[in-house]
Amino acid sequence: MSDINYKEVLLKPIFKGNPVTVLVLGICSSLAVTVQLEGACVMALSVIIVTGLSSFVASILRNTIPNRIRIIVQLVVVSLMVILVDQVLKAYAYSVSKTLSVYVGLIITNCIVMGRIEAFALGNKPIPSLLDGLANGAGYGLILVVVAFFRELLGSGTLFGFRIIPQSFYDAGYMDNGLIILPPMALILLGVIVWIQRSIQKDLQEK
Amino acid sequence: MNTNGNTYTVIYSTVLVVLVAAILAFVAMSLQDKQNENVKLETISKLLGAASQVDTTFTIEEDADVLGLYADNVVAAFFVDGNGEKVQDMNTGKEDKNKIEVTTTSDLKAQNDKFKKLEEGQSELLSELRLPVYIFDIKGHKVTVIPCYGAGLWGPIWGYLALDEDGKTIDGAIFDHKGETPGLGSKIADKPFYGKFHGKTFNMTGEDMFTVAKITAITEPEHSVDAISGATITSQALGKSINLWAKYYKPYLVKAAAASQANTVSAPEEMTEAADSTFAGNTAAATNVNVEE
Repeated sequence: MSDINYKEVLLKPIFKGNPVTVLVLGICSSLAVTVQLEGACVMALSVIIVTGLSSFVASILRNTIPNRIRIIVQLVVVSLMVILVDQVLKAYAYSVSKTLSVYVGLIITNCIVMGRIEAFALGNKPIPSLLDGLANGAGYGLILVVVAFFRELLGSGTLFGFRIIPQSFYDAGYMDNGLIILPPMALILLGVIVWIQRSIQKDLQEK
Repeated sequence: MNTNGNTYTVIYSTVLVVLVAAILAFVAMSLQDKQNENVKLETISKLLGAASQVDTTFTIEEDADVLGLYADNVVAAFFVDGNGEKVQDMNTGKEDKNKIEVTTTSDLKAQNDKFKKLEEGQSELLSELRLPVYIFDIKGHKVTVIPCYGAGLWGPIWGYLALDEDGKTIDGAIFDHKGETPGLGSKIADKPFYGKFHGKTFNMTGEDMFTVAKITAITEPEHSVDAISGATITSQALGKSINLWAKYYKPYLVKAAAASQANTVSAPEEMTEAADSTFAGNTAAATNVNVEE
């Protein structure tokens, strides 16, 4: 257990073992909060903090948790972190907390958080668990930001709320794609990302 | 140690839950004041935001002292009941800006619940309503700001409407929501949407005082705004809540408009000015009502 490859722990979840595109976890929220880039960024940050801290705490408790109730204990730990993040955001970053609204609370249901505690934190020391949590949050966040980039650009013609597509395009007959704002297109975009990743990384392809 | 025994499991879960509850209670209590302060500041800046739309030269900076601005520009703030009678004053912060009183969304919700009972026919509640009214003087324009509140698609939506002295012309509007769909329903909080309210009027005689509807379904353009495409439920809910609130404010608005017309000499001048900024349809509608009066 002592010979943990930190580089592997940190880098694998970003690309090779990305929680969204390879493990296919956390799809629900990546459809919901990717309409605008700003929301996606703050959501990504909140998830990074929650996955990191929950894995850390769960790992500290790992030898004391009764096996039969471990899922419920994990759930308590995760919800504690989520509520803390929500409360702190409300007190010190009110406008951000308003943009994210209900989705902060919904981090509790994000499969990545529980998945990483089950798969990694319960069998590893606190520090590697913290890093694993942070890295997985970042892997999730990366996909979120990429999807949000295309959805906001093609769906609203803006990025971070600033107009990117010039007015002259609209005058010439260009129109924002309303379909891309709706969740199905997010799923299709996600599928395209999975496709690209698997064509680069041949070992992920199923026979 | 046997971590799988029944006794251990029960004790472990009890201790864990109590511990977590204690942490959360502590955090919630220590952050409460700060959070309430944020909500109050937010409300005040929304009120100012709605009122300031009457004059485009009145701008609120990002980092402005909202409390000071409010105290400087507010003329009066009070509650009225459902019969249009003034019942209670609010602290406007003229002496101490930290004592400003405003009604936050939780107060609005309480009034909204009373509306529901009133709609069911409990008309004795009419005198128990406590509806906030804020009167601002923005660079010489006197505007009355009233709130609205209702249920959106996912959670509450609310907003503030700034009305002209005639009690029916909308000088400005601002909306907010708890958790409408980002990019769709959430657009009610964006300027391109609320900007459309400027210059519209309440229909003081018809069944619906104001509607938010699909543009093809609009029959009275001066009393309606176009809904947001893809956010039908949020748009309709907003229209409904404006309607409901305006209905219970109507007695007050009518009285206030009559009073201001009776005792202001300079009023006609200001009214022409206001009419100029609106488009032709509104002016026509406004004149019609004047004739009726």
